[in-house]
Amino acid sequence: MGNKLLEIDNLSVHFTVNNQTVKAVNGLSLEINHGECMGLVGETGAGKTTTALATIRLVPNPPGKIVGGTIKFEGENLLEVSEKKIRAIRGNSISMIFQDPMTSLNPITRVGDQIMETILLHEKISKVDAAVKAQRMLELVGIPANRYDEYPHQFSGGMKQRVMIACALVCNPKLLIADEPTTALDVTIQAQVLELVKRLKREFNTAMLMITHDLGVVLDVCDKVAIMYAGSIMERGSVDAIFDDPKHPYTQGLFKSIPDLDEETERLEPIPGMMPDPSNLPQGCAFSPRCPFSKEICETHCPNPVQVGDDHHVACFLYGSEKEEV
Amino acid sequence: MTTDTILAVRDLKKYFATKSGELHAVDGVTFDIKRGTTLGVVGESGCGKSTLGRVILHLLTKTSGNIFFEGEDISEVSPKKLHELRRYMQIIFQDPFSSIDPRQTVSEIIGEPLLVHKLYKDREDYQKKIKSMMDTVGLASRLEDSYPHELDGGRRQRIGIGRALMLDPKFIVCDEPVSALDVSIQAQILNLMQDLQAERGLTYVFITHNLSVVKHISDDITVMYLGVLVEKASAKELFKNQFHPYTKALISAILGIKRENKRKRIILKGEISSPIEPPDACRFAPRCIYAKEQCFHQSPRLVEITKDHYVACHFAKEISGL
Repeated sequence: MGNKLLEIDNLSVHFTVNNQTVKAVNGLSLEINHGECMGLVGETGAGKTTTALATIRLVPNPPGKIVGGTIKFEGENLLEVSEKKIRAIRGNSISMIFQDPMTSLNPITRVGDQIMETILLHEKISKVDAAVKAQRMLELVGIPANRYDEYPHQFSGGMKQRVMIACALVCNPKLLIADEPTTALDVTIQAQVLELVKRLKREFNTAMLMITHDLGVVLDVCDKVAIMYAGSIMERGSVDAIFDDPKHPYTQGLFKSIPDLDEETERLEPIPGMMPDPSNLPQGCAFSPRCPFSKEICETHCPNPVQVGDDHHVACFLYGSEKEEV
Repeated sequence: MTTDTILAVRDLKKYFATKSGELHAVDGVTFDIKRGTTLGVVGESGCGKSTLGRVILHLLTKTSGNIFFEGEDISEVSPKKLHELRRYMQIIFQDPFSSIDPRQTVSEIIGEPLLVHKLYKDREDYQKKIKSMMDTVGLASRLEDSYPHELDGGRRQRIGIGRALMLDPKFIVCDEPVSALDVSIQAQILNLMQDLQAERGLTYVFITHNLSVVKHISDDITVMYLGVLVEKASAKELFKNQFHPYTKALISAILGIKRENKRKRIILKGEISSPIEPPDACRFAPRCIYAKEQCFHQSPRLVEITKDHYVACHFAKEISGL
């Protein structure tokens, strides 16, 4: 199994807030192969960003704590390596793009220097060579190199996100974690940035974990997708399998909630109710209180993922999931 | 303008003074809305769609142009008249977090319009009206003494809707009412708004950047770009035929969720240009792949290209091969 780049196994991350335990991520397992793009989809508070931060050990502690599981990157458990080692990995082998390009760039540093900073941290290279490399990177993401000396406020939202992408890719990472990279952008600008991401993915062969709430983005750029709800993965598989035949009632509900552009729908079918409070999760399947197919067992036990097709797993008792051993 | 028309806007302009010159946020907008229908206004950030909504409601003072409500010119009104008009024209804001007072309880927020307009007989009547409105917008009565911070985004947006409906208005400007919500909650709110429209014969101006939402909820759609309307048609027609190059690109950029319907995307070059003292030219010309000499010297007018389909482009016919 030399093809696996990232293997997250049974990850749990809890936050302690006001003496209450907020279970943000509960026993999450995920695998990404070399050069593969995995979409992680879920609604606000599902634990997507926490999962991403845990992967590069950036969960703020306190209040957050990784309470269980392993995160293997190229076979090495990132949760056990030294602080020095993880700092060498961040920005180098694994890098991250954040949702809000307005606040993730340093407002008082020239954009070119911000890209150069990443290079100097990870490579033994002279400042002059690093600057040349940074300029090349800017051009690669579609920004003229003569804007190297400008400050972030002189750039529009879409341009800032391009700068972020340049920072993230300049050390040629093996894994890029993109947290809602286009959510803050307008549709036509989103289209430009997604085209860029797809092009760079092809050129650099970087694996990606694309975090989004937008199923349209997943269909556009991802190979695989995992649907997250209340800290767990409900369903995962190839994009083809899940978009053609969503199995989990939550995934089905998500698809029905989105107005379809190609068909006339008089009425949407929303999922009733809302996501449970992560500090007070139901005992069994987290989706059971909103699920139209909920049975007795759903309220008392958590379902384990079961394979329902080629590269298609779902955690639901409807498909013969086993009870999770407590 | 016919008797069917609840609101008409004629050559409406709103300029803001800035250090570097006049910013043309809304620059000569004209449209009519039929009673009981929804007009979707779509456009990207900075195109002036929210300003348009606010100018219509007199939340911002227009620079020039006319607004007619139920046939009456309300372009210039006294404060007293405006107070009266507010009963009939309301707004639902985008951000359910900042548009309600964090120090008022749910019932105080929903009931406040009644106090302002003195529209209740006695204490009991006031309470009854609040209860029935909470019921209408799907807020459980146990929440009446809750504060906004105790509630999630979807419920807060229900408060905003309840407050807007309290005076039984005829016309509501909905400024990105579901943009801050998750899809499963968004669908609940859209359904609620459609039900209320059907029950009460409401007219909506629905401002949004989300094209799938606007297609779902609107009867007519108008597309805005840098302060001007570039295309207007019924929702069905607009998604079938687009004549303006901007609308074409906008609709092609929507990310669908159907695998078999992946569309060919038109990637626009560049970004929206500056709205400060724009030249007399097509606003979209700098990004348009079809732009010719004329586009940079003359701004196109909104003209009817096919029945009830309006477009502002010098070369719409040629581009679409009509």
